[in-house]
Amino acid sequence: MSLKVFDGFKFAKLPTPIHNMDPRAKFIMTIGLFVAALLFSNIYALIVIFLIQLPIVYAAKTWRKWASSMRAGLLLATLIFVMNFVFGSTIVFSAAMTLRFLSLMSAFSLFFMTTSPDDLGLALEQAHVPYTLSFTFTTAVRLVPTMALDAQTVIDAQRSRGLELDKGNFMKRIRNYIPILIPLIVSAIRRSIELAEALESRGFGASPNRKPLIVLRMKSTDYLVGVATLLMLALAVYVYLFIPLPTPSIPITMPKIFPWL
Amino acid sequence: MIETEELRFAYPSSPEVLLGIDLTINDGEFVAIMGENGAGKTTLVKTFNGLLMPTVGKVKVDGLDTREASVARLSRDVGLVFQNPDHQLFSETVKEELAFSLRNFGYDEETIQRRVTSILETLDLSRYAESSPFILSGGERKRVALAAVLVWNPKHIILDEPTIGQDYQQKDRLRNFIVQLNTQGKTVIIITHDVEFVAECKPRIVLLSRGKVIGDRPAEELLSDEPLLDKASLTRPQIGALMHELREFGLPESAIDVYSAQQAILHSLGRRK
Amino acid sequence: MSIIRADHLIFTYMGAPRPSIQNISLDISAGEFVVLTGPSGCGKTTICRCLNGLIPNFYSGDFSGELIVDGMNVKDHTTAELASHVGLVFQNPENQLFSLSIERDVAFGPENLGLSREETRKRVDWALGVTGIIDLKDKPPYELSGGQQQRAAIAAVLAMQPKVIVLDEPTSFLDPKSALEILEVISSINKRLRITIILVEHRLDIVSRHANRVIVMNESRIVLDGRPGEVYGEEARLIGIGLPRVTTLFQLLQKEGLRISQMPTTVDEAANQLRSMFTQ
Repeated sequence: MSLKVFDGFKFAKLPTPIHNMDPRAKFIMTIGLFVAALLFSNIYALIVIFLIQLPIVYAAKTWRKWASSMRAGLLLATLIFVMNFVFGSTIVFSAAMTLRFLSLMSAFSLFFMTTSPDDLGLALEQAHVPYTLSFTFTTAVRLVPTMALDAQTVIDAQRSRGLELDKGNFMKRIRNYIPILIPLIVSAIRRSIELAEALESRGFGASPNRKPLIVLRMKSTDYLVGVATLLMLALAVYVYLFIPLPTPSIPITMPKIFPWL
Repeated sequence: MIETEELRFAYPSSPEVLLGIDLTINDGEFVAIMGENGAGKTTLVKTFNGLLMPTVGKVKVDGLDTREASVARLSRDVGLVFQNPDHQLFSETVKEELAFSLRNFGYDEETIQRRVTSILETLDLSRYAESSPFILSGGERKRVALAAVLVWNPKHIILDEPTIGQDYQQKDRLRNFIVQLNTQGKTVIIITHDVEFVAECKPRIVLLSRGKVIGDRPAEELLSDEPLLDKASLTRPQIGALMHELREFGLPESAIDVYSAQQAILHSLGRRK
Repeated sequence: MSIIRADHLIFTYMGAPRPSIQNISLDISAGEFVVLTGPSGCGKTTICRCLNGLIPNFYSGDFSGELIVDGMNVKDHTTAELASHVGLVFQNPENQLFSLSIERDVAFGPENLGLSREETRKRVDWALGVTGIIDLKDKPPYELSGGQQQRAAIAAVLAMQPKVIVLDEPTSFLDPKSALEILEVISSINKRLRITIILVEHRLDIVSRHANRVIVMNESRIVLDGRPGEVYGEEARLIGIGLPRVTTLFQLLQKEGLRISQMPTTVDEAANQLRSMFTQ
């Protein structure tokens, strides 16, 4: 089980233009990619949507982490490809669906890698989301890397007591995760209680009028990104509705040996 | 015997944590690994039972290269008790918790029951045999975690920060227990920054700083080397500091525990009278 | 002038068979530096929670008796209301700091109080200055050492400008050098800012030189209360608390017939006495 997939969603502070972008602009950009990826089933369009992200990854200087999370997502991607193909889709269509999945994963991975949970919280607060809600969300995001570390420690501790996670039949392997999950859940609960005590002790909820010390301000570049995304999205919808895209024909399909084909 | 040869370790795409460690720990020794936070103490002991493999160099446990054995195999001889018991406990009862490792190692039910009952008694936990481990107090949970490792009777035992959060009596009991384990011939390795605890039980101290061993001497000697202690963010034990203050009167700086100090002072005063 | 007054305080956690604290009566004056100690399970943490209102607001149970802190009866106020009067610093810095910069963590408290940005800014800079970590303000907590993290936790509490700060075993996870440094910070807060300190600790050897008063608890009750030198006697030893080693040393020397004028609690006190004994 690879905990590396979490690396692709973990925030690290770097001085890049992507990191410095206002989280709201970044969010609009991510949603733009999200909608575009769901809109198209055409392989050429999806290739474009996937490739468009690469210069952004480059600008954010997170090649390695992004690549490792893509690699970790490969398992699920392969599953999607196989399932599509086995159930009768063409090889091209299966590839398109796989690419769609990778694009979605990549877009969100990029967002979380370049946006600090604190800024996320501020963005939500300034969007007038109730404070308790935005705080819960950002704390959950912040705790992901901490929980991943905890998980590794629990795995180490149980392996040191002779637990072998890679042995045994399927049922046994599933049962072997109980000594991992329970301490993890218990640790998470204890951690949350300690955190809650600390928050209460610092006046959480004392006043309904919070004035955060640091305020997010949209710069002109952020507005530009927002507008550009909306324009691209409009273009994408136009293409979808009015421009028929070619589909390469690779005549390989699943042989009809299964009853559902 | 646990040996490391030019042991270097780095997590993937991270700077090295262990920068070349040559260490030999003989059977039955009592060793304290000390050093500042981040010096690499926990990383080092994780190479002893195979959880981590050296990136350069090797680690041998009783002649067996850790690269050639699984963690389960190595753990039979090297028992590692982690710092936080909550990272281990998961069973419905304390008895089940203790039986866990024995089941993993393939012991038969009868032996399991026997060993579990025995270790419960040794660590004064018999009354909790049928209790849930989660309702026990912090100190009791730490004892259960210790019992869970001792139950399979490993030859070498490593305790990671066993004194954090413990009160004086609990530390006293721990100290006596370590002495007992040593008398039974077991190797005991503790990771700690508790200078006072170490001053009372006087093990061999291996001092780690930034991934390197900067000192490897008996407690009486190392705990009076102030510049060395300072590098590892440690201080002299209180008695040691007192002896240092009064060195002009010929009091030995190696007297780091209360009893040696008492003897030294009485002797010195008697001589002067 | 009492800043903390407890009168026959008794508290039993919900579902617990016995009270965690019984018959607690205390009178602490403003500006005192009190060390609260005792064997595990004696009720020290329960008292901490009562002092800032976590009991009875966060932890329910049977609460009887009176506890007035800084003029406020804890029964009649929420923890949030008490937060600007009493601060509580916990053992593990990891679970107290949750932002991605120290500055934001320290600002959290004043923000919760609904203060203006200018006021929050002032308090944050002040608190960071007092604890000596202004140059760390943009760093995330996980890049800080344990000692620095605890300083940040103290700064976060200080920014609420409480009159009392309670610290529950703050040096547990710290190495000896960091432990000494953090105690200096706490001591200077007590002396320069006249903030009352209640420090729960096992390591009496390092706290005794700062404390003017030590309260020893055992099995849910207060059993000893006085100056360090007075309290570290035979009774304390029998309860099983960890007396400073120099005190234990002198107790042994006394048993061997040496005349001790006053039980030392620090290395300096012990050294001075021994020096005069040697040069007689």
